[in-house]
Amino acid sequence: MTTSEQAQKPTLVGVPELAQDMHHTNKLWVDAWKRLIRNRAAVVGLVIVILSVLIAIFAPYIAPNDYREQVLTNNNSAPRWVIDLFPNMKAKDEEGGWVTVSEDYILGADNLGRDLLSRIIYGSRVSLSVAFVGPMVSLAVGLILGLVSGYAGGRVDNLIMRLVDIMYAFPTILLVILLMAYFRATFNASDQGTFAYRLNQIDSRFGGMLFIFIGIGLTSWMNTARLARGQVLSIRQREYIEAATSVGASDFTIIFRHILPNILGPIVVAETLTIPTYISFEAFLSFIGLGVNPPTPSWGSMIADGAGAISSYPHQAIFPSMALFLIMFAFNFLGDGLRDALDPHMSRT
Amino acid sequence: MTAPAVDNTTKNANGKDAILQVRNLKKYFPITSGIIFQRQVDAVKAVDGVSFEVLRGETLGLVGESGCGKSTTGRTILQLYKPTAGEVIFEGKDLTKLPSAEMRKMRRDIQMIFQDPYASLNPRMNVGRIVSEPLIVHNVGSDKERQERVAYLLEKVGLNPYFVNRYPHEFSGGQRQRIGIARALALDPSFIVCDEPISALDVSIQAQVVNLLQDLQKELGLTYLFIAHDLSMIRHICNRVAVMYMGRIMETAPTDELYENPLHPYTQLLLSAVPIPDPEIERVRQRMERPSVLADFRDKNNILELKEQKPGHFVAEIVGRVQG
Repeated sequence: MTTSEQAQKPTLVGVPELAQDMHHTNKLWVDAWKRLIRNRAAVVGLVIVILSVLIAIFAPYIAPNDYREQVLTNNNSAPRWVIDLFPNMKAKDEEGGWVTVSEDYILGADNLGRDLLSRIIYGSRVSLSVAFVGPMVSLAVGLILGLVSGYAGGRVDNLIMRLVDIMYAFPTILLVILLMAYFRATFNASDQGTFAYRLNQIDSRFGGMLFIFIGIGLTSWMNTARLARGQVLSIRQREYIEAATSVGASDFTIIFRHILPNILGPIVVAETLTIPTYISFEAFLSFIGLGVNPPTPSWGSMIADGAGAISSYPHQAIFPSMALFLIMFAFNFLGDGLRDALDPHMSRT
Repeated sequence: MTAPAVDNTTKNANGKDAILQVRNLKKYFPITSGIIFQRQVDAVKAVDGVSFEVLRGETLGLVGESGCGKSTTGRTILQLYKPTAGEVIFEGKDLTKLPSAEMRKMRRDIQMIFQDPYASLNPRMNVGRIVSEPLIVHNVGSDKERQERVAYLLEKVGLNPYFVNRYPHEFSGGQRQRIGIARALALDPSFIVCDEPISALDVSIQAQVVNLLQDLQKELGLTYLFIAHDLSMIRHICNRVAVMYMGRIMETAPTDELYENPLHPYTQLLLSAVPIPDPEIERVRQRMERPSVLADFRDKNNILELKEQKPGHFVAEIVGRVQG
């Protein structure tokens, strides 16, 4: 730009707000947000998710009782309205009935006399931790590998994708069961001061969640890596990537400025829609006894405890199931809403 | 800049100032088979030994049918594709041999305007970011200077500088192409490859964009390599024309000479296909049959050479055959 050209440039005088306006917030995300909140199911999902997060954070203040406290006189007890709700439950004061009626706990108690509601409230901590850590792990590993694989192409791509194929070939659940059993057995027996011992310490401090995270991390990144690679391959063909190359942009700029923002939409959607899988995976692991350590409550382990007595005390399994069902639906609705809101077709109008 | 120079002169054989000299440029795309151990089974010879030069300040047209390799030639010149063989000498430096860091610096002087204005702008970036990207990449100016430069460029291409915060999808095809032109101009290049910059636009918009390109050329002293298949547009904008067929150049000549006196059968065929905007004539007009001699030019085993028939008018001739 020569100075003479700059001098004969009258327009800038009249546009003082131009300077502040130039780097304003990303309007595309604002538009997406507007589309999201117009979607009723997505809003319901979002509200439930936010409420659950709040409940999980403020669990000590919300829970009416201690989740560990066993009141043996309240064994398997239920308040009157719960007994009325389930037709196969009969209160002790009826003829042939067996359920202790107690109004101490709103949702009744489990077989050790612990408050079911408090346990469900504390259980949300496990489920939501998994719901947030799962995608993090999956993104951290899968997105980076996918980006590298798709962008580099050739031999690197081949190598990473064959690794993904090999990981896919393992039966996931079997692998995780073996790993968990192995972790638990070896790390419990490990000497004080070793890495394994310290890992075990951290794990028990988090109520057994660390190993769940590791298990999910090991098995969840492949999908993300494949999706990210596919997206990169399709975006890489676009002319604007060539345009960026032709102005001299570096690989780093192209990946993070051009490719990543364009593939983020589908990946966020895919991750949100996978969250229910992580939650149910944790519930499944807890159900078969490889999840959190008692007495830490998890919806999965509560369902497992209640399932044994489902015909006599259905409330012990049904209430945590409903919580699980609700949060999974909420994430599904939210994911669907996000997919519609971030629809890549809008970019062309 | 200290780059490995082939010959430091930009003068061509006739002593003219050639900003770009392309010598025997080849781009083959491999056809591979095998899943894990890929081996090459064949190659698509998209550009097969193309030589031409672009003089400073002129517009060279590159015409030919779809798939004849004209876009690939443009991209290979910009090193967007790595050439299989040949030299691209720009301002005395062979771009094919430049290390990538040097090449990146070199890209300030060579820019490209793309065919599809819907695909060549990143939909996730606003106009300000798109146009200032070359400046950011080459670390030119401060934030404020860049903003001013963007506003200046937008005005230069006939867009309102207020548009900086808008996104590409809010613009029409012609406006988007103007944004693409503004981006190409951001670094004050001396040479621009226009890869069918108007073929995706409405006819009414085409003239506007072509006029804009011509005005900018006059004002900024640009040199264009103008790739197109619209022969009447080429005649309007170009000083010289190179006709491409099956990855090779068939004829080059000054525009008027080529249109009035086409010597190569393929050029004659192309020109006979140009529609005449008069239905009375168009209805009775006889189009040329595809001459049988074209099969010889299509045959990749035939070696072609450009021979000067008249001053500045080169025509490809078959000079031999590859054995085997």
